[in-house]
Amino acid sequence: MIEIKNLHKSYKMGKNSLHVLKGINFNVEEGELVSIMGSSGSGKSTLLNILGMLDEADEGSYTLDGVPIKNLNEKLAAQYRNKFLGFIFQSFNLINYKSALDNVALPLYYQGVNRSERMERSMAYLEKVGLAAWAHHKPNELSGGQKQRVAIARALASDPKVLLADELTGALDSKTSYEIMDLIQQINDEGRTILVVTHEEDIAQMSKRIVNLKDGVIIDDRKITQVRAIQNV
Amino acid sequence: MFSLERWQEVFETISKNKLRTFLTGFSVASGIFILVILLGVSVGFQNGIESQFQNDAENIINVYPGRTALSFEGFNKGRRIQLRNEDYDVVLENSKQEIEFKSPMYQIFAGLISHGNNSGNYRVEGVLPDYQYLEKADIIQGRFINANDNKTKEKYAVIGNRVKKDLFQDESPLGKYIQVSGLNFKVVGVFTDPGGDREETRIYVPISTAQIVFGAGTDIRSMGFTLPKEENYELALKQSNAFAAQMERLLKIKLQIDPKDESALFISNNIENTKEIYVLISAMQVFFWGVGIATLLAGIIGVSNIMLIIVKERTKEIGIRKALGAEPLSIVGMILHESIFVTAISGLFGLIFGLVLLEIVGPFIELDFIKNPSVNFSIAVSTLLLLIAAGAIAGFFPAWRGARIKPIDALRDE
Repeated sequence: MIEIKNLHKSYKMGKNSLHVLKGINFNVEEGELVSIMGSSGSGKSTLLNILGMLDEADEGSYTLDGVPIKNLNEKLAAQYRNKFLGFIFQSFNLINYKSALDNVALPLYYQGVNRSERMERSMAYLEKVGLAAWAHHKPNELSGGQKQRVAIARALASDPKVLLADELTGALDSKTSYEIMDLIQQINDEGRTILVVTHEEDIAQMSKRIVNLKDGVIIDDRKITQVRAIQNV
Repeated sequence: MFSLERWQEVFETISKNKLRTFLTGFSVASGIFILVILLGVSVGFQNGIESQFQNDAENIINVYPGRTALSFEGFNKGRRIQLRNEDYDVVLENSKQEIEFKSPMYQIFAGLISHGNNSGNYRVEGVLPDYQYLEKADIIQGRFINANDNKTKEKYAVIGNRVKKDLFQDESPLGKYIQVSGLNFKVVGVFTDPGGDREETRIYVPISTAQIVFGAGTDIRSMGFTLPKEENYELALKQSNAFAAQMERLLKIKLQIDPKDESALFISNNIENTKEIYVLISAMQVFFWGVGIATLLAGIIGVSNIMLIIVKERTKEIGIRKALGAEPLSIVGMILHESIFVTAISGLFGLIFGLVLLEIVGPFIELDFIKNPSVNFSIAVSTLLLLIAAGAIAGFFPAWRGARIKPIDALRDE
């Protein structure tokens, strides 16, 4: 699903340049649930941003579902993001003046789906995350866990190839975190490929594979026995 | 721009951001409103100045007869010239210039006028309707002499305010009779004159009646003309001088006067007195154009600022939308669509409100220098269009910049 070869990225800070990713090689198969771990500054968020086409690599190749991702202009990047990727952020990033339902429907709007179908499909995803009753509430009327569920429903709405989650439990207490991880595992069980960036060991243990980053290189990449989140709830 | 989906999205955004929509709309509406009022006041100012000009400016060209100083075609010098109706007609028929107001005049300087037991000596002048404007007489009661009075030779009189006070005291003179040379004249109007008491001791009657009553035949004492107002003083001076010269030439031929004779006809041309008024009006115009442009500029800057703030405020939202697959153009389109829609609707609101206010209140405003403020509708509409365009252009650059920001940076924006 994802193939990355010899990925380099550096940021210019004045006269110095900061070499963040120093030759990353890694593949993700369809249906995997992968945690990317590392301390802050290890380059894990940068890697996720490049995977999410929110940022561009300086060197190396990136292939997503057989499509080489390079030299994208803004328009093409937007189209690919819409088609291939679903984002889940630590700070939810919901549009606060839109209802939960309208937030979920937004990726479909950019796919050109008409309004009634948009609403129907969004409602189905909200049901899936258990928030159908909250469809017409604004984000500020929802708890953190509920907001993250809305964000997950939104990420699923465009039926992407890969879900990218950046510290998705970072703003939640542990009980809520496990509930969210349970949802993530269920979605993964249905065969969706998911990448999770986290620095929390217990969250990482709930994936199927842990990739450890340190100073811009992968120091460890191993499959693990998944801990089911439902046991901790 | 016209897709239904986008309209839905825009309506949703507008209706769910009521405060922002209201603030944007309010500032655009108030800007347009103030501009319309200002334009209206400037027109009112101009009207006011021009009406002052009509009261005070002596742009009248008068012709009085004199005595010849040179013998000509068998006539001795020293001959007294008499103007007649036909001379007046000659001037009218042959004038190359457009004449604004015109009237011949026949007068007796002091006639004994009485009403009941009150009497006095007043000047009686036979005139045509236009004389009201030549003399700048303001009717305060009834009406002035009209064309029909002249045609049917009515014994009607319009009396000055002084005459009214002398003869009628507090009584209303309308419909009452005054005795002029032993004949009863019905009072149809009372006038005031910026010339004050001296000019308000006059009595105007139809000239056709005066010529009969005073046994004048077709004699007239003088005639007066004004030309329409011109763009500027130079043009007015040129027109006025041309008119006076042509009239002199015509009358000298008609009355058999030596072209070089300078005492047979007196033509008083007071156009030079109007120079200051012309200068004042053109200065006013420059001033109000300046104020108008400055106001418009302020409005444009205001709209631009609002657009900048809106885009800044929405940076994060733009980032989210881009992460979800919004193309840069659709971001720009969305912001512009929204801003143009809000600006147009609220601008129209301000425009209509301003126009209605001017329409209702305007006619009641009659200060010394402001009269009937009103606004040219097409100027107001083009101002609105200009403001909308300015808002769109002003919104475009921040919207474009917003759409260019990397989504990762936009998402970081708090």
